[in-house]
Amino acid sequence: MSTTKKIAGAALAAALGVTTLSACGGDAKDKPAGTSDAPKSKTVTLVSHDSFNVTEAVLKEFEQQSGYSVKVLKSGDAGAALNQEILTKGSPRGDVFFGVDNTLLSRALDNGIFTPYEAKGLADVKPEYVLDKEHRVTPIDSGDICVNYDKAYFADKKIAPPQTLDDLTKPEYKNLLVVENAATSSPGLGFMLASVGKYGEEGWKDYWSKLKANGVEVVDGWEQAYNERFSGSAGGKKAKGDRPLVVSYASSPPVEVLYGEPQPAEAPTGVATGTCFRQIEFAGLLKGAKNEEGGKALVDFLISKKFQEDMPLQMFVNPVTKDAALPELFTKHGVVVEKPENVTPETIAKNREQWVKAWTALVVK
Amino acid sequence: MAVPLVFFGLFFAYPVAAIVGRGLKTDTGWQFGRIGEVLSRPDIADVLWFTTWQALASTVLTLLIALPGAYVFARFEFPGKQLLRAVVTVPFVLPTVVVGTAFLALLGRGGLLDETAGVRLDTTVWAILLAHVFFNYAVIVRTVGGLWAQLDPRQEEAARVLGAGRFAAWRRVTLPALAPAVAAASLMVFLFTFSSFGVVLILGGPAYSTLEVEVYRQTAQLLDLSTAAVLTMVQFAAIGAILALHAWTVRRRETALRLVDPGRTAHRPRGWAQRTLLGGVLLTIGLLIVAPLAVLVERSFDTPGGYGIGFYRALQDAGAGGGTFLVPPLEAIWNSLQYALAATAIALVIGGLAAAALTRRGGRFVRGFDAMLMLPLGVSAVTVGFGFLITLDEPPLDLRTSWILVPLAQALVGVPFVVRTMLPVLRAVDGRLREAAAVLGASPLRAWREVDLPLVRRALLIAAGFAFAVSLGEFGATVFIARPDQPTLPVAVARLLGRAGELNYGQAMALSTILMLVCAVSLLVLERLRPDKTSGEF
Repeated sequence: MSTTKKIAGAALAAALGVTTLSACGGDAKDKPAGTSDAPKSKTVTLVSHDSFNVTEAVLKEFEQQSGYSVKVLKSGDAGAALNQEILTKGSPRGDVFFGVDNTLLSRALDNGIFTPYEAKGLADVKPEYVLDKEHRVTPIDSGDICVNYDKAYFADKKIAPPQTLDDLTKPEYKNLLVVENAATSSPGLGFMLASVGKYGEEGWKDYWSKLKANGVEVVDGWEQAYNERFSGSAGGKKAKGDRPLVVSYASSPPVEVLYGEPQPAEAPTGVATGTCFRQIEFAGLLKGAKNEEGGKALVDFLISKKFQEDMPLQMFVNPVTKDAALPELFTKHGVVVEKPENVTPETIAKNREQWVKAWTALVVK
Repeated sequence: MAVPLVFFGLFFAYPVAAIVGRGLKTDTGWQFGRIGEVLSRPDIADVLWFTTWQALASTVLTLLIALPGAYVFARFEFPGKQLLRAVVTVPFVLPTVVVGTAFLALLGRGGLLDETAGVRLDTTVWAILLAHVFFNYAVIVRTVGGLWAQLDPRQEEAARVLGAGRFAAWRRVTLPALAPAVAAASLMVFLFTFSSFGVVLILGGPAYSTLEVEVYRQTAQLLDLSTAAVLTMVQFAAIGAILALHAWTVRRRETALRLVDPGRTAHRPRGWAQRTLLGGVLLTIGLLIVAPLAVLVERSFDTPGGYGIGFYRALQDAGAGGGTFLVPPLEAIWNSLQYALAATAIALVIGGLAAAALTRRGGRFVRGFDAMLMLPLGVSAVTVGFGFLITLDEPPLDLRTSWILVPLAQALVGVPFVVRTMLPVLRAVDGRLREAAAVLGASPLRAWREVDLPLVRRALLIAAGFAFAVSLGEFGATVFIARPDQPTLPVAVARLLGRAGELNYGQAMALSTILMLVCAVSLLVLERLRPDKTSGEF
């Protein structure tokens, strides 16, 4: 009996030792020294999804000017990150949440996780992106989910690459397209919504029946679709992918150039501009934020020219402010999508689950 | 006993109960009606059926393929044995995204099998089953083989001298001694495959879905907590049933065994039959485990300008053309090692104490505790992660943004391995040895140190190896809580694969190769740490 106790004691000590050690290991930003007695907290925490990125120098500049140090917390993909915020409503892990998009916006607003705040500089944001008139969320970036094509394939075969959603059902593009699962992948969902936007709440299922008859392939996530199955990407070439059409982003061609080794003079892939769904991403001040002032400053920073111009090469999305200049990489290798398909956040919120179910039954099973 | 109990209560039972409770309780009270509602849905019934049968099939297939391997590793001496044992454990730590890539390269369109035999296995259930064997081979080899190597072969020889045939001797002497370990290992494989997530997603395509995939979808994507709660409870029930079955088989078979130094039981293969067996096992390992790993290594060197180390060099650079990370990807190695060491330490302490308590005492309560320790293996990471969020949110336990949460979550998965690996050995220790020591005047602590410890030291190291490997490769929980400036290797690989471009893809392959190496080297070091340098394996 006494043995067990002794061992238990030792073990507890060891476990505590581990905890203490690791506490030392964490950096000082973790423990906002003097938060309790100081009137103003010096740390402001941004909660986001895995794709958030910013150049270190840009962030440093904000820290120096505002006097806040920024802590970034990434938590899974966009859907999972938002749902975690909804669960921790009232006792959030941070001050600002970035990364709720128009497909999830209604869920966030209905759950009331944000405090309204009209950001400084909102006047510079293109008005079509300001979807919430109460300013619970502020638009930060936009990006288009579009079908990408392998330029070499279509040049070899001497066929014109498809341009519109209708094109994709034509016989010359049979067995060429790979898409993501709308139930588990955000580009997959976006592409499904593009069809809803184009053919309406009744007609989109017909469209998918035609796509299916035309040999569309469904894989689970973007990584497999793009890196394994798509013949135009670097990964897909190695994996002997044989689908020259894939659902990806309008910014994917510039990325192929940027991360080419060596960088090619022209992007190996192109964008079918008539197949796009526009995603807009928002940020908001979290209800119950410990550092509201810092949070407001952070939201202002996210639509500042500095951050907006840094964003394209960090997250491969487009700025939402009028005067932010795009990097040359985007103007040279990217495309401008004139008329993306659109579905309102309310309609999406109301029908999302039922549409995804119908889509799964129709296309996957 | 108290320490593991508190640990599991606080970091497992409480968070999971809270999230399940949140799902089933609404403003109008408990919604138990949801259970029947969800279970009667035909799509959920399909998921349940597929989850169960593929797990059973995977377990049987893994046993068939890996048991000869366990025997070979336990009884034969051959050059490179230790290295190979480390290699077969490597799949265990690899992110499923990466493994999926490797398997598709072999089994998919234009893959090796397609080009040589015209057979494509991707999006068939065979790809899933083979990938499960790939992942779980080491579980059988290490847990069953670990014990097998310590069984005294002379007992079987004695039986044969007394007139038993080769098979009868094996069946009557070795099999009963081995049964608890086989049962424990199969159970682990079953749990792993029952809660399979990434493999099914990637290799099965969207047409196949397991319970775990469904829980993830309902929780993380749809925020339908009540459906997720029902499914989590179903998973609990299934695992509970398996554990009960397992406890029953183990109790019937358990006997104190004579354990000997493994160095004395292994010998060079003799004769035609033994050499063929060894060759067959090596061939299996080569095709099933080494080949997929080799594909990844090959791709990590396959730069556009021919084979070279360009992708590895790029890993040192934080801001290569935009920068996926705030730190160079190479730093992820150090982060991973730190997390894994902390997690292993916690898992060993908690698991060791639990195993010791379980050997000493009987009774229904202890058996229940035994079962509870296994539950984390069968519960989805997203359930635990979301549970953490809503329970550990108040000081002094507001750990949601703390460093320690990663190793804590990883240790949850490591503990069952520690317990499962140590229990058979601890239980097999002959109580009379301890009594003899006590009669000779040794204190209980001394008796434990002199009698139990030397016998379990090997099991302890095997357990540490597992816990370490599991932590190194853990992705599901880590991705929710790892801080952006401290990505672990699997998290870094996933982020690189999440972007277009040659350089990102190449770096992901290079980083996966490094993850393999780190794992293999760590395991080799652990085996080297074995105190008994005189044994024949060195």
